[in-house]
Amino acid sequence: MTVSDDFFDIIVVGTGVVGSAMARRFTLEGARVLVIEKSSDTLDGASKANSAILHTGFDATPAGSQEQLCIAEGYAEYLQIRERLNLPLLECGALLLAWNQQEADMLEQILRDAHRNGVSSTRLITRKQVLDREPQIGAAVVAAIDVPGEFVIDPWSAPYAYLLQAIENGARLERNCELLGGSFDSDSWRLQTSKGELRGRHVINCAGLFGDRIDQLLIGQSSFEIRPRKGQFVVFDKSAAGLTRSILLPVPTATTKGIVVCPTIFGNLLVGPTAEEQPSRECADTDSGALARLIDRGRAILPALQQHSVTATYAGIRPATEHKDYQIKWHPERNYCCVGGIRSTGLSAALGIAARVFREYGEAGARHHPLEAPRWPGVPGITETVKRGWQQADNGGIVCHCELVTRREIEQALQGPITPGSLAELKRRTRVTMGRCQGFYCSAELSELTNGLFEQALGEKF
Amino acid sequence: MQQQSCQVAIIGAGPAGLACAIRLRQLGVQEVLLIEREAAAGGIPRHCGHSPFGMREFHRLLSGPAYARRLVQQAIDLGVRLLLTTTVVKLGEGGLLLLSTPAGEQRLQAERVVICTGNRETPRSARLVSGTRPMGIMTTGALQAMIYLKRLQPFLHPVIVGSELVSFSALLTCRHAGIKPVAMVDSSSRVTALRIAAMLPRALGVPLFLNSSIKSIAGRQRVAAVEIEDHSGQVRTLPCDGVIFSGRFVAESSLIRQSHLHIDQRSGGPVVDQYGRCSDPHYFAGGNLLHPVDTAGWCWSEGRRLAVFVHAGLHGKLPATARLLEIETGSADIRYFTPQRIAIPQSASDFGPLADASPGLQLRFSDASRGELELRADDAVVASRHLRARAETRQLLELPLAKLFQCEALSLHLTRRTPE
Repeated sequence: MTVSDDFFDIIVVGTGVVGSAMARRFTLEGARVLVIEKSSDTLDGASKANSAILHTGFDATPAGSQEQLCIAEGYAEYLQIRERLNLPLLECGALLLAWNQQEADMLEQILRDAHRNGVSSTRLITRKQVLDREPQIGAAVVAAIDVPGEFVIDPWSAPYAYLLQAIENGARLERNCELLGGSFDSDSWRLQTSKGELRGRHVINCAGLFGDRIDQLLIGQSSFEIRPRKGQFVVFDKSAAGLTRSILLPVPTATTKGIVVCPTIFGNLLVGPTAEEQPSRECADTDSGALARLIDRGRAILPALQQHSVTATYAGIRPATEHKDYQIKWHPERNYCCVGGIRSTGLSAALGIAARVFREYGEAGARHHPLEAPRWPGVPGITETVKRGWQQADNGGIVCHCELVTRREIEQALQGPITPGSLAELKRRTRVTMGRCQGFYCSAELSELTNGLFEQALGEKF
Repeated sequence: MQQQSCQVAIIGAGPAGLACAIRLRQLGVQEVLLIEREAAAGGIPRHCGHSPFGMREFHRLLSGPAYARRLVQQAIDLGVRLLLTTTVVKLGEGGLLLLSTPAGEQRLQAERVVICTGNRETPRSARLVSGTRPMGIMTTGALQAMIYLKRLQPFLHPVIVGSELVSFSALLTCRHAGIKPVAMVDSSSRVTALRIAAMLPRALGVPLFLNSSIKSIAGRQRVAAVEIEDHSGQVRTLPCDGVIFSGRFVAESSLIRQSHLHIDQRSGGPVVDQYGRCSDPHYFAGGNLLHPVDTAGWCWSEGRRLAVFVHAGLHGKLPATARLLEIETGSADIRYFTPQRIAIPQSASDFGPLADASPGLQLRFSDASRGELELRADDAVVASRHLRARAETRQLLELPLAKLFQCEALSLHLTRRTPE
């Protein structure tokens, strides 16, 4: 049956981390789910670039906000399901560092907030304890809060695993499917899309950076306005990874969590993000001045960073709004739910958001039979926390030398089940070209391996 | 996990590694294993489809691929064991290597290891260039591999950033594939390569913008334009569909950085002594890993020389080290030098005939530099020469080892420097 002839319980708009988690939750609960994505690739918006931290929500305020509750619930569910989906976890913990007395004076309040948020393992530690644990931290550090529960995960495998589990259990994915309009007839929706008319009972808007536009398109109004906030990042070489085992957080301000130094699950060291309001929802460009300032900040926190080189730079755009909290709201009279303003904490909160939205859906009277024996597809292990492809027999040889990605891993990723539509997506699935040479060695091989598969080819035969 | 052993393992089958392997066999070393991560040996020349290669080695003008084929054939004929599609993942103490092969992980215990992993160009990211990250941005190396090895055209009208020798190689590579660059852009006031090279873009109708740096890259899926800014601050937009970042070579020292071997912050390669020996004496290093970037011919002769030291080391004929003398420099103009330290033997006579095989000091300067280059041992000048160096060119200075036996402090100086 074509997708236009079908009828779905739920149509999820967007395949970022929130849309993917949403599709998974509703599918496991027994709903017939369709997920639509305007891009040729999943995870092509706000979710593709972040700091990859699994937050405890220790600093989310106020307690009881949508954000705080969803982070707490999402964090717990990630830890509960990750092994069955083969999702990695770097149990590094975080230190929130005070660099002067004024910041040190704020630690007490942050600690109280953390305890009120139920993150009871946080504690104040002295300068000496900080330096004993992380001797490379700059000598100017004054004191810190130890947050043992802050972890690092793979920002791409997690949403991919959620979406994959949805699809393996019957959800349907339509890419290159842009929402153009829709009407609700008191019982169900008819959505006009670039792939024709689609029908479903409920629509859940997980459109991230376009959340307000989708609201306006479907229900004529939105309770928020997306104010795109760009974050630039610098990735340092793997040689720098040994400089800190912990995530190093600054004392946050009212508007931003600030610049973080943290290990990545791929064995690098990350510094970022900046927080820059900009009009464009799509232009994730970097700026050499901002990058240089990030590097300076990184070197102030870890002076030995001076001796290490930059592997990559990138920028992501967070869907901030005029509100501090998330904007999750059901419109029961229209069978419509908006999940908006999921800014920098979406990776941590996504599973919690999905659980919350499903609960509210059930409270409104909807009923399904949860799947009795859902499938749990494991995603390929591509992080430094697991045995890698190059360590296994019949790997076909290494293609990407910097990240040690094998031919077999690339071929398997290209075969699907959700086939990458671009090099960017292949990169998120396998790590190819992510390393220090940025394609000096492997571009040619990759362009041959992917010839004819991507809309935007790496090269044309001549 | 499988474990094998050998006398000498060489990492990297480019000109330096091949030359070292060939010479080691000629010197009678039985087991010489040459490890190459790509599916074919030959290194960078393999995808430089143009001349000139081979003058030093074969006394004739060859294209890169033909040159690589000859060297590889010579190695095979002499009984060098080639291990292709094999990546060294980890360097362990005492020459224990961890390998990744298509069949999985393996260990290799070598009596001596020679690291010849070469160098690569600095990509856009490490240059911190502003703008978006569309497709069509690459280094010359990637471009050459696509064009000469795969016959794939990544773009039609790119901008070439840089004016080193390799930048002109990028120009020729484009020409080979029918690609017409829209401009060459470099921030220096004159081309970094030989002045005569500046005629090439003109002859090919490619405008050359000197004193200009790339300010930002625009384009969503593919490159649409770059902005360049000249030294007066004037910004110009060049529509294009690709950007080639050429040159600014850096040592491919990833393996070393994650190992127990000491790194030289200046060159980015390993710290070596006058025998090319690393901080763990089971390891040696040579080629462009030590001095980005030199010609294939230079790396080849260095590889041959290195083989003599490795061979001597295998047979206990390198003099025992009594102390290590680090070479210091206060001159910011000196970008790097190699070797960075001298192994001083027990007695002066131990420097012996092997010492004469040492090539001396190799240096590079950040900018065009002029002056008197001096090596001072305890404040006495032991070697000097008048220097008139262009940026990115190799400079040599004699290393009079016999005069260093008693020396306590060794330093390099550049005096009376005036910018050219």
